[in-house]
Amino acid sequence: MAIDENEVRKIAKLARLKLSPEEVRLYQGQLGKILDSMVELGRLDTSKVMPTTSVLGLSNVMREDEPKPFADPEKILANAPEREGHYFKVRKVIE
Amino acid sequence: MVVGLEVHCQLGTRTKLFCGCANDGFGMTANSRICPVCTGQPGVLPVLNKRAVELAFQAALALDCKLAATSIFARKNYFYPDLPKAYQISQYEEPFSQHGGLDTKLPDGSRKRVRIHRIHLEEDAGKLLHEIGSEELDYSLVDFNRSSVPLIEIVTEPDIRSSDEAYAYLTALKEVLQFVGVSRCDMEKGEMRCDANVSVMLAGSTKFGTRAEIKNVNSFKNVKDALEYEYRRQIEIIESGGTIKQETRLWDAVNMRTESMRSKEEAHDYRYFPDPDLVPLHADPVWVAKLKAALPELPEARRLRLASTFALSAYDAEVLTSEKTLSAYFDEAMSGRPKEFAKPLANLITTELLGRLNKEGKSIAESPVTPKMMASLVELTLNNTISSKGAKEVFAKAFETREDPKVLVEKLGLSQVLDEGQVKGWVSEALAANPQAAADLKSGKEAAAGRIVGAVMKLSKGKANPALVNKLIKEAVK
Ligand SMILES: [Zn+2]
Repeated sequence: MAIDENEVRKIAKLARLKLSPEEVRLYQGQLGKILDSMVELGRLDTSKVMPTTSVLGLSNVMREDEPKPFADPEKILANAPEREGHYFKVRKVIE
Repeated sequence: MVVGLEVHCQLGTRTKLFCGCANDGFGMTANSRICPVCTGQPGVLPVLNKRAVELAFQAALALDCKLAATSIFARKNYFYPDLPKAYQISQYEEPFSQHGGLDTKLPDGSRKRVRIHRIHLEEDAGKLLHEIGSEELDYSLVDFNRSSVPLIEIVTEPDIRSSDEAYAYLTALKEVLQFVGVSRCDMEKGEMRCDANVSVMLAGSTKFGTRAEIKNVNSFKNVKDALEYEYRRQIEIIESGGTIKQETRLWDAVNMRTESMRSKEEAHDYRYFPDPDLVPLHADPVWVAKLKAALPELPEARRLRLASTFALSAYDAEVLTSEKTLSAYFDEAMSGRPKEFAKPLANLITTELLGRLNKEGKSIAESPVTPKMMASLVELTLNNTISSKGAKEVFAKAFETREDPKVLVEKLGLSQVLDEGQVKGWVSEALAANPQAAADLKSGKEAAAGRIVGAVMKLSKGKANPALVNKLIKEAVK
């Protein structure tokens, strides 16, 4: 199933990827092949099959509402490329 | 005006939705409630908070919604610095509940059911800071204390037709959520947030116009103002021959207008898909039945009960239901007391207590007069130890000193005189001192009794029991 170059560029943009023209063509081909496989799967009759969202066969995996604070939030902050006091510092974002 | 509201409400759990971090980060040191899960570190797994699910289910049950037998979590993908994983865990195609409604009392006294389209569970994003105090920053700061805090989003059908109806719906919604204990709904802390979809429909038409989504309306008053502004804006465009653009607009509470959010104009493509880290959620019937049974009395039912059981006025029933803390105060003062306590208690609460708290800017929880003290004050009036005027005096003093009303009655010398002989003496004295009034009374002019009562009260320094005074005056002039 063909996918056009603009679609590839749009997907790249949503994923924050910068692609060269060669890469756009490369992924255009690869994504097209993935879609071909999907088309093949789509030919199966699934009218009597419930949609599967999880293959584990589990449900209601939950924990009690008991606080388990992380020992060292500072360690997480320390990984930040930039920080100011207790905050993560990022480029200005405007709504 | 055609309006649908989307309300985000923070669930009152102890921990976040998918990790054990405390859900109390508001006003705390930035990034002091964070862990690898809620900051999106590689290799972590979210585990669903059972209490959050229970509160969400209870909210849905209280809002008359159907619970889905199975619901799933989905990833909503977008990049923004307040979203550490670059996706928000939400529910999309299979929310946990749909098709409910909330009976809303409109300002004119009529009722309207605002249908609820769906409620879903999701995690909150972090908080961005663009200025410190009044100083605008040329960068942004991120605090993830709020990241992954549990929210429910309650989406109505486009059933709301005026800003007043929107206000009434939000008021009723907040009341239910607070009563059930789903959320404190403190809007100043961002625990309840509202987006509005607004369009206009021409008179006689049944087709909705193009809608604008208004964000950032964070008080009920703002919702009202924003809807009214947006309605006028759309009408003006249509009347001048223009067309409404489907867009997201931001409410600017300072300049009282909505503005197009250009950054959001590029249509979002969230590429939702089921989150492989989370398994389906089943609304087990036994579990649901238990949650349903644990639901407290809802505000509407409570109002009706107060009015019918205790013969309270509609106004008193309304006031004593308007806030959960006030309801609890009344219930605590009433506990173990007979029915006739309700009316004088309601009076003291709605006039004296609320008046005084209001004046001092205090909340019910901060009241120096406890429910127990209030009940004892009512008891003192019902057994005629003090007059209703005396009760007010004792209340005022108790509010200042937190002293027991029984002790205060003695201290202030407010005990009523119930001794017939003593009151009889005052009555004869008063009749003798007011011969004209006494003569009028004897000739059947009952209005004259007021002057005699006044004289008795003066003689007794307000301590004579009024009912006894009236009875003895009647006997004396027979
Ligand atoms: Zn966490």
